[in-house]
Amino acid sequence: MVAIIDYGVGNLFSLKSSLSYIGVDAVVTNDPEVIKSASHIILPGVGAFPDAAAKLKATGLIDFIKAEVKAGKPLLGICLGMQMLCSKSYEYGECEGLDFVPGEVVDMTPELPEGLKVPHIGWNALKFEGKKSELYKYINEGDCVYFVHSFYAKADKGCITATTEYGIELTASIENGNVYGTQFHPEKSGKVGLNILRAFCEIGGKV
Amino acid sequence: MITKRIIPCLDVKNGRVVKGINFEGLGDVNDPVTLGRYYSDNGADELVFYDITASAEGRALFTDILTEVARTIFIPLTVGGGINEVSDFERVLSCGADKVSVNSGAIRNPALIGDAAKRYGDQCVVISIDAKRVDGVFRVFAKGGRENTGMELIEWVKRCVGSGAGEVVLNSIDTDGVKKGFDLEMLEAVCNVVNVPVIASGGAGCKEDFVTLFKNLPKVDAGLAASIFHFGEVAIPDLKKDLAANGITMRL
Repeated sequence: MVAIIDYGVGNLFSLKSSLSYIGVDAVVTNDPEVIKSASHIILPGVGAFPDAAAKLKATGLIDFIKAEVKAGKPLLGICLGMQMLCSKSYEYGECEGLDFVPGEVVDMTPELPEGLKVPHIGWNALKFEGKKSELYKYINEGDCVYFVHSFYAKADKGCITATTEYGIELTASIENGNVYGTQFHPEKSGKVGLNILRAFCEIGGKV
Repeated sequence: MITKRIIPCLDVKNGRVVKGINFEGLGDVNDPVTLGRYYSDNGADELVFYDITASAEGRALFTDILTEVARTIFIPLTVGGGINEVSDFERVLSCGADKVSVNSGAIRNPALIGDAAKRYGDQCVVISIDAKRVDGVFRVFAKGGRENTGMELIEWVKRCVGSGAGEVVLNSIDTDGVKKGFDLEMLEAVCNVVNVPVIASGGAGCKEDFVTLFKNLPKVDAGLAASIFHFGEVAIPDLKKDLAANGITMRL
């Protein structure tokens, strides 16, 4: 069973539906007992970083999630959920992240060539970095996934598993041990996205 | 680089997908859930569901259908029609929509755009505009293209984007249903004044119309059409292959 962390941000309907579609039992929850009994954890998120970080903190679940991850449970952060895996963000001032992945979340706007629109919205191709991530075992380099974001994670190079080209190279996914993050929305990325979710749910052998 | 998007639009009335020619003479096409699934599996980059029902019963039925569509489709879903208040955003977003398209609702109450953008983010708010040439000037029309608001298109689109609309769907009433190509002149005028994605709507009759659109107006992000897809005149995978062969970045 996959626990989707419910901390009052974003619409979890599609994420839950997509997991159900690939035959994975998923529960939207903020109950530590349920999270403990889950084999995998997903941290979703949309909106602004400080607001989401405050809401996650208010659940009182952070230390608990950190302990579960330390014990080896796979964690997947999606979109803002991925950004929150990093050390800190500069969206509306400096704000601490969960620090699972060394790196900072910064505004892409000043770095983009002129004429490119922000947010980076739409389908863009994945370029794999380093050793191919477990998340990508069912998909190919060049496959397109769906992005909606204005900030991006400048993570340690060794932790970046894919980038996407938008005038500059934007981080598409990060990884550190059993912690995974995708800037794009796998639940909105068609068959490719479903295959990424399937691969995540197979990490560790069982859901 | 980000791909150009091909978007089928499904007008839904009383639980069925319909498409009018010049907004009149609606004919029944197909079941929305079946059609949505079909498109999602066959290359559509996004789907637009437009509720053209007027009654409360129709609206409730639409919401049920929307939930069913969202449950089985894993590409971005935009919903429009009958969006008059922030609570309408909530209603369709909770059914699984990703973006919400406003048209007449924003004309009646322009503050709706800003209110919704503050709550759900700019990326969630799409301004849909029906426009037509009147004595050589592009004018905004309301009520499904039946009523001239007297507003000038360029002023209106600037105002909407300035208030927080994250995307513009421009439907030219002059070319809609005529199937002789998109309204390049009107689209260019809009592209020149906004820095958010612009979606072209109205007039596509064949694959070449999309090639012409993206070749001539690189600033246009997406092409939207209904009947040519619904009646099988243009198959989306073929269309996207043709576009890619013409040097346009597509998701294949």
